[in-house]
Amino acid sequence: MKWFTSIFNVVKALNIKGLTGLILLTLLLLIAVFAPLLAPYDPRAMGEPEDILQPPGRDHFLGTDEVGRDVFSLILYGARISLLVGFAAAFLSIIIGTVIGLTAGYFGGWVDDLLMRLTDLFVVIPRLPLVLITVAVLGPSLLNTIVVIGILIWAGTARIIRVQTLSLKERQFVERARSLGARHLHIVRRHILPNVLPLVFANTVLIIATAIYLESTVSFLGLGDPTHISWGMILHYAFTNAAMVYGAYWYVLPPGVMIVLAVLSFTISGYALDEVLNPKLRRRI
Amino acid sequence: MKRKRYYIVRLAQSLITLWLILTLNFFLFRLLPGDPIRLLFSDPRIPLETLEGLRTQFGLDGTLWQQYGFYLLNTLKGELGTSFVYNTPVSKLLAERLVNTVILLFPATVLSILLGCVFGIVAAVRYGRASDFIALSLSQLLWATPAFWLGLLFMMFAGGLLPLSGMVTAGLSAPSLWERALDLGRHLLMPMITLTLVMLGQYAIVMRNSLLDVLTENYMLTAKAKGLNGLRRLFSHALPNAVLPVITLAAINLGLLIGGAIQTETVFTWPGVGRLVFEALLQRDYPVLQGAFLVISVCALLANLAADLLYSAVDPRVRA
Repeated sequence: MKWFTSIFNVVKALNIKGLTGLILLTLLLLIAVFAPLLAPYDPRAMGEPEDILQPPGRDHFLGTDEVGRDVFSLILYGARISLLVGFAAAFLSIIIGTVIGLTAGYFGGWVDDLLMRLTDLFVVIPRLPLVLITVAVLGPSLLNTIVVIGILIWAGTARIIRVQTLSLKERQFVERARSLGARHLHIVRRHILPNVLPLVFANTVLIIATAIYLESTVSFLGLGDPTHISWGMILHYAFTNAAMVYGAYWYVLPPGVMIVLAVLSFTISGYALDEVLNPKLRRRI
Repeated sequence: MKRKRYYIVRLAQSLITLWLILTLNFFLFRLLPGDPIRLLFSDPRIPLETLEGLRTQFGLDGTLWQQYGFYLLNTLKGELGTSFVYNTPVSKLLAERLVNTVILLFPATVLSILLGCVFGIVAAVRYGRASDFIALSLSQLLWATPAFWLGLLFMMFAGGLLPLSGMVTAGLSAPSLWERALDLGRHLLMPMITLTLVMLGQYAIVMRNSLLDVLTENYMLTAKAKGLNGLRRLFSHALPNAVLPVITLAAINLGLLIGGAIQTETVFTWPGVGRLVFEALLQRDYPVLQGAFLVISVCALLANLAADLLYSAVDPRVRA
């Protein structure tokens, strides 16, 4: 009940844009969860020769692709992989970023220096090439995509958490706990972590947007897991089969619209949450 | 004095990052399963002695640490290995492609910064009104749009009007310099517009937020009290201060650009570094990937350093 009221209060405080983002995001999640119930066709079922690249019609709401699969069903199932990669990679990166940020900020000194140089490295290196090359080296698979994206996008989180930890550890309640003989782990877990969590939460939502975007690019460029369907993967097939040259708008438009919607809804609800949860960091977006 | 110290510290930090980049680049490609030489020259007809010779040539007969030293030394000398698809030195290949990438990126960057600033200024000046909402929403929409998809849309809807792939039309009979330039321009238009649009949103958002911060400063109120008119206040008081974050962003983005061009260059078959990386990814041309990754990372590192030094030169608060 307490959880419910606090969630309700946060939602109530969101602006129109944030609320729109949250509703969109919920819809996308529902689509991903109930894809098997919603999809009119098996997304892997190939059609007869006359079903190839058919425009939207009575049988196929969004037409068919180059082997006669139903584009609408592909899109619904694609939501599962795109969101799965987004959530899993973001989760991984948030854990790494939080642990590194907390450690660097709390202990300071050479530990801080060492971890911050490592963070600098991952801030400086362009993400997309590094993700692409690492996936190519390790071999394309769903797990590799998740792990590589997760391991490479934590740097921003670590920096935010570190700065917050630096200011928290000087506060009186932390000093009091320390003078009472509390251990490091206790102080971090009971006094610092609860205070950085709101920051972590809003950041997670933004990281999910980044992860979804990266996954779509990796898959589009042909490094996705060929046994799974994601929106980027559908666009990869559309591109390699020159669907845009045939003017197959029903094939090219929907996956991109879904990627934009997903990235946009996570971004705007992330910023809106940030504003509600961390009012000091108001960004006016 | 303080400034000098700041520069030295930043420079030292960048050197450490450079060393980390080199180390990452070396060990990343050691993650590949199997013998690097076998991977590079997978042709079974190559005799064993040749392979052994290559092994010595590439310094692969030593321990891992000897190989690491060999790699660092070679890289510092500018030796990036040989592409096994093109069979040319990677450094030569990259230099050729870099020119084409710059031809595409330079106009796109300039355009996106200019348009983004105009968007941002309009939004900030009309803060909270309909034009702010529209400009901001449009910027966020463009920011969320993948460049490769926007490229596909342009190919679909603008097909037939403009050439959509490559850099030049093959088989132009004895073209004059003017015809060649015109041809290049026509090829450039679609990828350039795609890149401009996807980059524009970020600049607009940063410009808007920075200008909004400045507009609430006390000196803006002073300027108003002095009786300066709105445009004068905007151009001579607010903008010079608000443009700083945009400059930083532009400097950082310059470094990220080469990597970011992968999507656009792939879709429009533009023969730049991005397309080279894409082809190398598909053909598993590891020497090219390793070299390209190094160049891309070092560009980003330099751009970051330049942004920091620039910022501290203009805004003394950073050095404190």
